Amino acid sequence: MADQLQRAHPLSGRLVSNAGVTVEPAPEAPRMILRAGKSALPALSKALGVKLPTKPKKSANGNGRIAIWLGPDEWLVIDLQSGDPAADCAAVKVLHSAVDVSHRNTAIIVSGTHSAAVINGGCPLDLSLDAFPAGAATRTVFGKAEIILLRETEDRFRIECWRSFSDYVFGFLEAAAVDTDG
Amino acid sequence: MLLIHCPYCEEERPEIEFANAGEAHIARPSDMDGLSDQAFEEFFFIRSNPKGLHYERWRHIHGCARFFNALRDTVTDRFVATYKTGEPKPDIAAEGKDQ
Ligand SMILES: [Zn+2]
Repeated sequence: MADQLQRAHPLSGRLVSNAGVTVEPAPEAPRMILRAGKSALPALSKALGVKLPTKPKKSANGNGRIAIWLGPDEWLVIDLQSGDPAADCAAVKVLHSAVDVSHRNTAIIVSGTHSAAVINGGCPLDLSLDAFPAGAATRTVFGKAEIILLRETEDRFRIECWRSFSDYVFGFLEAAAVDTDG
Repeated sequence: MLLIHCPYCEEERPEIEFANAGEAHIARPSDMDGLSDQAFEEFFFIRSNPKGLHYERWRHIHGCARFFNALRDTVTDRFVATYKTGEPKPDIAAEGKDQ
């Protein structure tokens, strides 16, 4: 008799918490990579309930979703309320490509006054508030892994990475966080 | 770390987000079947490999993931200009003036 299989969270039970920073896994979330031309954007934005940003390094919120500009015709849409953004796009008749990547990615939340310094332990981007304010987001690198970095607020970041890289990324953040204790 | 201006991201980004993709502005022959062995060799293998200014393709692979073109000095590693795919070559003489 087989029990129902459960998908384990790759970072289940992991936590770093000290005076300067907290590093913790984000809950599971539906996600989608969307590719589309300029003329398709109004219809797709309407179907998703969030206006797809058209400027580099921008993100947008709406309908419980985050839409992140990745390239001139590419977005990551994260749904924080267990909706199905790919299904919403399927109803749109204009040409586009919507690929569900919910189980390819996982996310890590880094928060606290030293969160930018901890991320800069492995990420070469300028994370000063002038260059990377709240709401800024981009694909970049963290150590040897590719990540998508979103600054939710001044002191809170979301790091999206591939599920199979997440142990490496979390371990790297853990090591970088040692210096922020105290 | 070298900073490279991505024409799609519209800002300078760390070099480790980028990958070089060889010489730029090499047009694929429209009549591949009719090409002589020598002409194919020239198209496929032979590159200018200059010492100095070089037009080359780059990809912002860990950023916007787009290919673009760059004019780079192979001696100093200085990027003279970067521009979007499909845009004309910048004029070397004009670009070199302010060096
Ligand atoms: Zn770019």
